[in-house]
This record gives sequence, C-alpha cells and structure tokens, in this order.
Amino acid sequence: MPALDKDKRHLYRLAVLFAAGILAFLGLRAVMVPKGFGRYGFFRAGALTDIRSLPISYAGRAACADCHSDIVDMRKGSLHAQIGCEACHGPLEAHAAAPDTTKPRLPNGRALCLGCHLENVAKPASFPQVDPKEHGDAGPCTSCHNPHHPEIS
Amino acid sequence: MEAILHGVQGYMYPNELELQWSILIVLYPFITGLVAGAFILASLERVFKVEAVKPTYRLALLTALAFLIVAPLPLQMHLGHPERAFEMFLTPHTTSAMAMFGFVYLWYLMAVLVVEIWLEYRKDIVLAWRGSRGARRLFYGILALGSDNISPRALAIDEKVGKAVTIVGIPSAFLLHGYVGFIFGSVKANPWWSSPLMPVVFLFSAMVSGIALVLLMYVFFSWLRRTAVDMLCLDTVAKYLLYAFLIDFSLEMLDLVHRIYEADESFRALDFMVHTRLYVSQIVIQIYIGTLVPLGLLALTQFARFGEKARKGIYTFAACLTLVGIFAMRWNVVIGGQLFSKSFLGYTTYKMGFATREGLLPAIVLMILPFVLLWGLLKLLPPWEKEGAAEVQPLA
Ligand code: HEC
Ligand code: HEC
Ligand code: HEC
Ligand code: HEC
Repeated sequence: MPALDKDKRHLYRLAVLFAAGILAFLGLRAVMVPKGFGRYGFFRAGALTDIRSLPISYAGRAACADCHSDIVDMRKGSLHAQIGCEACHGPLEAHAAAPDTTKPRLPNGRALCLGCHLENVAKPASFPQVDPKEHGDAGPCTSCHNPHHPEIS
Repeated sequence: MEAILHGVQGYMYPNELELQWSILIVLYPFITGLVAGAFILASLERVFKVEAVKPTYRLALLTALAFLIVAPLPLQMHLGHPERAFEMFLTPHTTSAMAMFGFVYLWYLMAVLVVEIWLEYRKDIVLAWRGSRGARRLFYGILALGSDNISPRALAIDEKVGKAVTIVGIPSAFLLHGYVGFIFGSVKANPWWSSPLMPVVFLFSAMVSGIALVLLMYVFFSWLRRTAVDMLCLDTVAKYLLYAFLIDFSLEMLDLVHRIYEADESFRALDFMVHTRLYVSQIVIQIYIGTLVPLGLLALTQFARFGEKARKGIYTFAACLTLVGIFAMRWNVVIGGQLFSKSFLGYTTYKMGFATREGLLPAIVLMILPFVLLWGLLKLLPPWEKEGAAEVQPLA
C-alpha cells in the first residue's frame, strides 16, 4: 500500500470522522429500531398483540339490550334509535360486566345534546339543529325531550 | 366553537374552521429559502468564479449555516415531541416526501455546508490554533482535526475538494428548497397550492430572499465594523438580486395568468379570497410593496446613475422590502391556502396566538435565533480578512 499523502491527511481524518458517524448511526439503529418493525407494514409487529391485550372499555349496544330492554323498546321508532347507547353514556364495559358494583353516571343532558345539535352552518341543513339562545329557555333539554325518544308529538 | 364561528363567512367544513398550519409553518419555508438563497450566492463565486462577490462569500456561508440550524425548529415546535424527530432517520419512510426530507436536510447540513465551511476556513482555524492557548487552543485544535498542515499544496487540494463540494452543493440547495415547494405543490386537494410550478417558484423566491439577506448582512457588518463597502461587490450582488427577482416575478405572474386563463372550478373562490381576506398581504404587501417597488428601484440603478451613497441606500431599502415581500409570499401560500373551504363556498380567519406554542412570540424568537447563532459563528470564524494577516506565510 502506498504511503498516505501527507497533504491529504486532514481529509482522510474527515472521512474517518464521517465513517465513524455513519457507523455510530447504524449501531444506534440496530439498538433503537424495535423488534419486528416492518414485518406487516410500517409499524412494530408486536403492537398488534399489545393492543389486543388492552382492557376493553366499550360493551357494545347488544350487551346493554340484555338488561335494559325497556330503554330499547322506548327507542323504537325514534330518530335516536340508531345512536349507540355508549355514544351518549360513554364506555360502560365495566358496568355491563358488574352492574351492581359500577353504576354509570348519567350524562349531562344539555352539553351532550348540544354537542350534536348546536346550530352550525357547516352541518347539513337537513340535520335538526337548535340555537340554545332561542330554544329551550336555558333549561335542561331533558325536561321536555326524552333522550331515548326525543320527538315531541 | 362559537368563538371560531365568528370568523367564518359562508360554508366551511368543520375541519376547516381552524387553521392547522400556523405562522411557524410560514416561517419554515421562509428560513429554508434564506439558506438556499445565501448558499447559491456563495456558490456563484466559487463555481463561476465571480470575483466581485468574493467579499460576501464567507458571510453568505455562515449565514446559510446559522439559518439552516434553525430551519427545523419551527417544524418541531409545530409538531411537538421533538425527540421523535430522530425516528425519521431510524425507520426511513421512502414514500413520504416529508420523511425523506430529513435526509436531504442532514446531507445538506453535514456533507455540504459544514464541509465547505471547514475547507474554506481550515487555514484560519489552523492559524487560530497556533496563535491561541487554553480552551480556545483546544477548541481550534479539535476543529482542525489535529492536523495543522496548511502547506500550499494542501490548501490547493482543499480548494479543489471545496469546489467539488460546492458543485454537489448547488443541486442540494435546489433540492432543499425545491422540496418545500414540492410539498405544497403536491397537495392535490388544495387548488391554491397544487401546481407543478410551485417548486420552481419557491426556488427562485428562495434565491431572491437569500441574496437580499446576504446583501443586508454585508452592508450591516461593514457599517458595524466601520469598513468601507466594496461597491463593485454590492453592485454585482444587487444585479443578481434583480435578475433572480425578475425570473421569480415572471414565474409568479405565469402562474397567475395560467390560473386566470384556466379559471377552473376553484377560481372564483380563490379570486374572491385574494380580493378580500388576502388583499392586504397579497396585493398590497407582496406584489406592490414587496415586489414591484424593489424591482423598480433595482432596475432604476441599472439605468440611471447614482452616487455610491445613494446606491447603497437604494439597495438596502430594496433588500428590506424584498424580504418583507418574500415573507408575505410564504404567508399567503401557507395561510391563504387554509382560509377557503374546499367546498369553495366559505372562508375562515386565522387567529394567531401570542405566547402560545405556535403563537407570535415563538415565531419572533425563532426569527431572532439565527442572528444570535450567526453572531456566535462570526466570533468563532471571522469571515473578514484581518488587516495584515493575509500575508502570514504558512509554515511549509
Ligand atoms: C348485566 C345487566 C346489565 C347490563 C349488560 C347493562 N346494565 Fe345498565 N344497569 C343494570 C342494572 C341492574 C342497573 C341498575 C343499577 C342500580 O340502579 O343500582 C343499571 C343501571 C344503568 C343506568 C342508570 C343508572 C342510574 O343512575 O339510574 C344506566 C345509564 C345504564 N345502566 C346504562 C347501561 C348501558 C349503556 C349499558 C350497555 C353498555 C348497560 N347499562 C348494560 C344492569 C345492566
Ligand atoms: C341521545 C343520547 C342517549 C342515547 C343514545 C342513550 N341514552 Fe340513555 N340516557 C341519556 C340521558 C341524557 C339520560 C339521562 C336522563 C335524565 O337525566 O333524566 C339517560 C338515561 C338512561 C338510563 C337511566 C334513566 C332511565 O331513563 O331509565 C338508562 C338505564 C339508560 N339511559 C340506558 C340507555 C340504553 C340501554 C341505551 C341504548 C339502548 C341508551 N340509554 C341510549 C341519553 C342517551
Ligand atoms: C350522537 C349525537 C346526538 C346526540 C348526543 C343527541 N342527538 Fe338528537 N339526534 C341525533 C340524530 C343523528 C338525529 C336524527 C336526525 C335525522 O335523522 O335527521 C337526532 C334527532 C333528534 C330529534 C328529532 C328532531 C326531529 O327532526 O324531529 C330531537 C328532538 C333530538 N334529536 C333531541 C336531542 C336531545 C334533547 C338530545 C340530548 C338528550 C340529543 N338529541 C342528543 C343525534 C344526536
Ligand atoms: C321547554 C321545552 C323544551 C326544551 C327545554 C328543549 N326543547 Fe327542543 N323542542 C321543544 C319543542 C316543543 C320542539 C318542537 C317539536 C317538534 O316540532 O316536533 C323542539 C324541537 C327540538 C328539535 C328539533 C328541531 C328541528 O329543527 O326539527 C331539536 C333538535 C331540539 N328540540 C333540541 C333541543 C335541545 C338540544 C335542547 C336543550 C338545549 C332542547 N331541545 C330543549 C321543546 C323543548
């Protein structure tokens, strides 16, 4: 091997520095990229089992119907019939599994209803909307509307 | 919710009410533009041997470096979780332009700018190393990588390698800023952005803003150090500014004329927006004050004869307006692109916070930061020739 050109020595040092940087990066990469990354796609394969083992928080509406058939009956024929129970009541798997120990808190009618029904130009005109300043006398919506069958007629 | 609705006119989809890309995203293309522009000006001297702009060469490189270091910060402020930025390099996502840009940035910073500055300054670094003691000596020694060889042959080799790096650097600088335009230009769903001209327009506006910034920095530091401005240099830089600006302006007008002529389904909505919500920032600030006035002034200096003092004043004034104009252009692209509804039936307003994560205050701090960095770089690596020091003969 010919002797290294001494006028290029500083450049070789720079090159070594860069090579060391790249090597360090590759080393870090080997350590830091989680195992199984990219096996099924752009994510860590183990994430699937991790997510699967998370506790379930929603019971689903079929579960509610087992015990609250009165409410299901009440909702029949109403425009709210298609809305999931837990869309209003929140995740209630814990309650469905042990109704005697965990009692759900009832939703605050006013905030809940306005979350969907507040007037907004961006909503389709066919969707029922109210302006709370003009509608309902500032009282709770549930004093006139039954949340499970809100139509008044 | 009701507070947001206040600024809305007509029909907006719910997810359009609030602007997601804030002033920080305006800052980002502005800053990268300054980097790319300053670098391209510096490269002119190097590659095309334009001796006249030599006095600005080192200043331009350091300016580019200072701004490049700050460039990703607005993005990280905007996204939050800056510690996750590194993951972009660990698991490169080849189909995402934004993710690949991390590599462009790194390449440009480390392989181009830092190497070029190092080669350019090596002689100064070695001399500083020899002439200092204590911590400074250690610092410059490390910076010189422990090699104090500045024989004429070694420097000649540096010169050659530096030139090669510059040649690689020019397309890299183009990539750096072309990318920013590319990101906007490829948002299909947004007619204000989606245009293949976008990268080109961004590139030329980057050159314009970078040249203007270097011109200002040069005048400012000459004034600060009470040294005479090299008028030949200033005239040449101003001439480049004019040329780059002419191309940039023609491209933007081409884009505009094309939009007007094409007049697709979005045109009425955008036209309305330009005449109402964007009137001040687009027509008045960007086009009149930020483009036509400086263009006119610069053109005037080409035809009429002015004294040195007057020319200096005109250049400085024009460069300031240029920067304002280019900033307005970034603003109009980023903010303007989010003010109208994709239904073309409504408009919203941008409400800028002040001392919030994406508010005005962080934007101001981020805009001052590069100048602080530049000041530090100038202390460490003074770009100006020391009086008398130019003759120091290297120890062979
Ligand atoms: C295993 C039977 C069972 C299931 C399944 C069940 N609940 Fe209940 N739920 C009860 C019983 C029993 C009570 C009465 C508890 C009490 O009054 O102490 C109750 C009470 C309630 C209350 C009223 C609490 C109050 O303060 O009056 C709500 C609301 C409720 N359930 C919602 C739900 C929803 C929504 C679901 C579906 C996710 C559900 N429940 C599933 C048995 C069940
Ligand atoms: C539109 C929202 C909404 C939906 C959907 C809804 N609820 Fe309710 N529910 C309420 C509100 C609000 C109250 C509290 C009423 C009050 O405060 O008087 C309530 C109260 C209850 C109660 C206790 C009081 C009562 O009337 O017996 C039960 C039990 C209940 N809901 C079960 C259900 C079940 C089961 C479903 C699904 C089949 C369901 N809810 C779907 C809003 C809703
Ligand atoms: C999850 C969203 C949601 C919530 C929460 C909700 N609603 Fe509704 N509501 C709907 C939908 C969806 C319809 C049916 C609209 C349709 O089909 O046009 C509806 C229909 C109605 C109607 C019938 C309007 C008509 O045209 O006759 C009334 C009244 C009503 N809701 C009142 C309420 C009240 C009172 C509350 C609070 C207890 C409430 N809603 C909560 C979604 C919601
Ligand atoms: C004082 C009694 C009262 C109160 C309180 C009240 N409403 Fe009503 N609401 C009515 C009556 C009456 C109607 C008309 C019924 C109809 O036309 O079928 C109505 C109609 C509606 C409709 C249907 C509007 C449409 O365009 O079809 C909605 C949605 C509604 N109310 C939501 C609410 C909400 C949300 C609240 C709480 C903020 C509320 N209401 C409080 C009495 C009340």
